[in-house]
Amino acid sequence: MLIFEKSRAGRGCQILPPCDVPEILPEEREQRQQPLHLPALSEGDLSRHYTELAKKSHGVNDGFYPLGSCTMKYNPKIDEEAAALPGFTEIHPLQPAHTVQGCLEVLKTAESLLCQITGMDRMTFQPAAGAHGEFTGLLLIKAYHVSRGDTARTKILVPDSAHGTNPASAAMAGYKVVSIPSGPDGCVDLEKLREAAGDDVAGLMLTNPNTVGLFDKNILEITEIVHQCGGLCYYDGANLNAVMGQARPGDMGFDVVHLNLHKTFATPHGGGGPGSGPVDCKALLAPFLPSLLVEGESELSFRKPEQSVGEVKSFYGNFLVVVKALAYIWTLGREGIPEASANAVLNANYLMAKLKPWYPMAYDGICMHEFVMTLAELKKETGVSAMDIAKGLLDWGIHPPTMYFPLIVEEALMVEPTETESRETLDQAAEAFHSLYQAAKTKPESLHAAPVTTPVTRLDEVEAARHPHLRYSFEG
Amino acid sequence: MELREDRMYTKSHEWVKEENGVAEIGLTDYAQSELGDLVFVNLPEEGDPVTVEEAFADVESVKAVSDVYSPVSGTVSEVNEELLDAPEKINESPYEAWLVRVTEITDREELLTADEYQAFVESSQE
Repeated sequence: MLIFEKSRAGRGCQILPPCDVPEILPEEREQRQQPLHLPALSEGDLSRHYTELAKKSHGVNDGFYPLGSCTMKYNPKIDEEAAALPGFTEIHPLQPAHTVQGCLEVLKTAESLLCQITGMDRMTFQPAAGAHGEFTGLLLIKAYHVSRGDTARTKILVPDSAHGTNPASAAMAGYKVVSIPSGPDGCVDLEKLREAAGDDVAGLMLTNPNTVGLFDKNILEITEIVHQCGGLCYYDGANLNAVMGQARPGDMGFDVVHLNLHKTFATPHGGGGPGSGPVDCKALLAPFLPSLLVEGESELSFRKPEQSVGEVKSFYGNFLVVVKALAYIWTLGREGIPEASANAVLNANYLMAKLKPWYPMAYDGICMHEFVMTLAELKKETGVSAMDIAKGLLDWGIHPPTMYFPLIVEEALMVEPTETESRETLDQAAEAFHSLYQAAKTKPESLHAAPVTTPVTRLDEVEAARHPHLRYSFEG
Repeated sequence: MELREDRMYTKSHEWVKEENGVAEIGLTDYAQSELGDLVFVNLPEEGDPVTVEEAFADVESVKAVSDVYSPVSGTVSEVNEELLDAPEKINESPYEAWLVRVTEITDREELLTADEYQAFVESSQE
């Protein structure tokens, strides 16, 4: 039941204090002619409403959430506490810099630590999320080429195992996207890359480890091929959770990177944000970064780079997410960061080994932080699809893995357990997967109806996509 | 898998029916069954150029968005706007639900007959 349906005229809560300044009404032509549809509820009913909604949802606080490519790990509460400190929350972005030196120090320190992790030189915190970071990174690449008078570079190379946002970001930045196929080993086909590399290529966008959970073994050769044709290399840091503290994009030959602070560095992911997708780059791209960079030693100030591509978001991005990232990095420290990524990879390989007897893997061998199973055979044999298994997991209190992605794997389920899950949780998940596999073999029709224990059961996704109800109608 | 003898096919699962200099392009029965229920179709505009083996439209199912590639080079003379509100027509009758009509044809890719296309689909399933 929606909050509007619970509304009763005349009810309300005492959340706002009485108005202690004179009321000034806008001019009559600017006044609202009809009252707003605001729900009228008592505080108790309001509180129950949101608790009821929370019970219907599933998050990392409710159970296992192996949504591949999304890194749905547990975020320590201490980072939320740091971000809630009044020195960080009771400030205004237009305050003079000398009154918020502590906040500038957060930005400066976070930039320095994150650049150490990625092997880059400078960073902007403006982008609000991953794809926003991709777009910003491409603007840097474009500005670099244009500044050299090199305007003939119109193409961006994107491997077909890249994140789905990569081609979209390249198109947004005005580039033509050239898809580079993967070889049978799941890595970039080097021959195809060489054929595509030319003087019309502005750059390459690559996710490493890629979306099939593999670290591209030819990464140095790949970036070399692109650099030799005059292009630059963009690293999609969405999968950094697999390599942080172990390997650095800067050492792999990349020129610009975005990070998802809301995946890897302690901000909850999903639910609409706020996120943070800072972009860091090698010195050659730093002159083009969006404003504002923190400069100085004892007295910190903001500086706009001279050839800046301009603003990509207001002020300094989602600052409190940066506070959480800094708290997270400091809590884990130099030893803890690589330990986290090592455990992310260990957990993925442990679960993969347990599931392998029942669910064939799309690619053999050791995976990084996630793995992709293909249910094509199971579907052919039993009629049970990746979607059915995903829905079945809901009845076990497990959030489904990512489905039907990457597109290069048929009936794909992409599983990312993350480092914050215990062995017991992984064992229970394996048991759930096994039980669903047996159900598929013995009573497949039961899985077509799953889930049956959740607040809403199997939805008609086709009808929802064809005729979506996008908002509540007061006319009933 | 349903096929029609009166038209040609591509390896990327489009059909093309050319009559009097007008090429009608749609998706094959196999394509629609693999894509699943379509929920959205993005079509070019009248007058847009299309190029052999380049994407000119995209179709969205619950699973994914897929490009539709042009079997010919030419100019879009007509767009089947009915599909914009009723993408399910591609699932229901793929060989009637043409996406675009193309004229001023300057180039064609190597097209397959119905028999050749059937053999191609069968071999790719093995």
